[in-house]
Amino acid sequence: MSNDVLVLAEHQGGALCTVTFELAGRARELADAWGGQVQVALLGASNLAGQLGSADVVFTAEHPALADYNPEAYERVLLSIVHARTPRLVLLSTATAGLDLSAALSVGWDAPVVSSVVGLSAEGEGALATAQIYGGKLLAEVELAGSRAVCAVIAGSFPAAAGRRDRPPAVEAIDAAAVLDGLRTSVTGVVTAEAGDVDITAADVLVSVGRGIGSRDDLEVAEELADALGAPLAGSRPLTDQGWLPKSRQVGKSGVTVKPKLYLALGISGAPEHVEGMRDAELVIACNTDAKAPIFDVAHYGTTVDLFDLVPELVKRLKP
Amino acid sequence: MKVIVPVKQVPDVVEDLELTADGTDVDREFLKFVVNEFDEQALEEALCIKESSGAAVVVVGLDEPDVDQALYGALAKGADRAVKLVGTGEGWLPGHRRSAILAAWLAGEGYDLVLTGVQAADDLDGQLATLLGARLGLPHISVVVRVDAEGSAARVRQELAGGTVVEEAVALPAVIGVQAARQAPRYVSISRIRQAQQSGAVEEVPAATADGATGFRLRRLLAPERTSHAEMLRGGPGEVAERIVELIRAKGLIPG
Repeated sequence: MSNDVLVLAEHQGGALCTVTFELAGRARELADAWGGQVQVALLGASNLAGQLGSADVVFTAEHPALADYNPEAYERVLLSIVHARTPRLVLLSTATAGLDLSAALSVGWDAPVVSSVVGLSAEGEGALATAQIYGGKLLAEVELAGSRAVCAVIAGSFPAAAGRRDRPPAVEAIDAAAVLDGLRTSVTGVVTAEAGDVDITAADVLVSVGRGIGSRDDLEVAEELADALGAPLAGSRPLTDQGWLPKSRQVGKSGVTVKPKLYLALGISGAPEHVEGMRDAELVIACNTDAKAPIFDVAHYGTTVDLFDLVPELVKRLKP
Repeated sequence: MKVIVPVKQVPDVVEDLELTADGTDVDREFLKFVVNEFDEQALEEALCIKESSGAAVVVVGLDEPDVDQALYGALAKGADRAVKLVGTGEGWLPGHRRSAILAAWLAGEGYDLVLTGVQAADDLDGQLATLLGARLGLPHISVVVRVDAEGSAARVRQELAGGTVVEEAVALPAVIGVQAARQAPRYVSISRIRQAQQSGAVEEVPAATADGATGFRLRRLLAPERTSHAEMLRGGPGEVAERIVELIRAKGLIPG
């Protein structure tokens, strides 16, 4: 075993994801506390290694199977790295790669895994992870006392600036060919997204709806308010999954990130996946009948008045 | 083609969650339980596969509060069999143990695809699809929005960040964590569920005494410390609307 912290670098479209810097920054703190190194695994994008200056060493691997993100290929290479290097802690994000890999590392490397981590600190020889559970309504404090562990961290939990350092890290190329033999998963293409009718990231005002809208017909109420404000209608995942809103209108982790001047959240509970996409809006006003809904932790103003009572009153005042 | 859909009951997070005296679990006595919403999506996708390829769909759940409702609901929607693994005890069951129990049952079952929800509200030690795939030594793919099974392989659509969707081919058997089905989960009437219940077709199978420790110590659960909280607008709909319009006006977003 070692005192090292290993971060899986995530990259898309030829650029490192912000969360990778967030993880590298926290890895630095933990490795310093334990007297270990910060290591980053960078698969299929060796050319980006120079940007990972907060790492002591970057392990790079190049192989045709790593040209695109392939969950099975990533799992095999990561497992070979952790078995060989025995870090004390492995950090991933809760994006797709984290969901594919963190629990698989736990099984394949016999290490505990904590999901949806939002806080992480050294506690003596071990670590204390704080994780969201029950949609962010509760937090769990988890003690990681053993010599190895895996944490899947929610994006935005740690500052990215701490992970950006302007110095070249050591780079160590890994030969992954042997472990990538006989893959059962292959990437066959990118599905072209339907072009969105409206670019909600460009709007100053967004009226956004969530599960509080119980049916497609109910959506008209919100549409009327959006019209009165000259704003496009956006929404959380349940509404796009229902097919009530086009995918291009989805705000959150698997949709788009928006920073409007006003975000009017109607019947949105504020699940972490949604908040990730709107927390930087200038003014958030939320309407939800559940006074304990997490959306009120990010909103500036809130009301528990039923949206079906509130919205007609708003429309009445806003319509010329 | 045989598709297995593990479903799980989770506390309804719309409800208030009270803690047990030792602070390490939610007090389950008065909680309402619902099917994990992503498992509903997995079931829908499995039923779509059945419709296009004639696959058999088997739904399996552990003996948890209200699981019968979920299993009979699945039968009413078109699942061919429903299995309840009994004897798993009460309280929060770690994903490691849950996956070990299911893996032991799956080993004797035979299957081409396992479809389950990409995650659940009480996942603290990993997600079931990934844990199962790793335990069974099978390829596994999460955050999936469509599965088309063809002979010994499946074509799978996986969502990456920012709405990018890629298509992957995976050899079967495989385990898939479903984010969303290709269509909204179908509705089934209470009377259809009652019919399924009267058939009494849920098979009860003793759960394996599987090991499956998390490897960590859960110190406590706690309510998040609110670093910030919205200023709550008081009054009736009219008063609140008035205040909101003032706020929007002050921001210069509407004339006046």
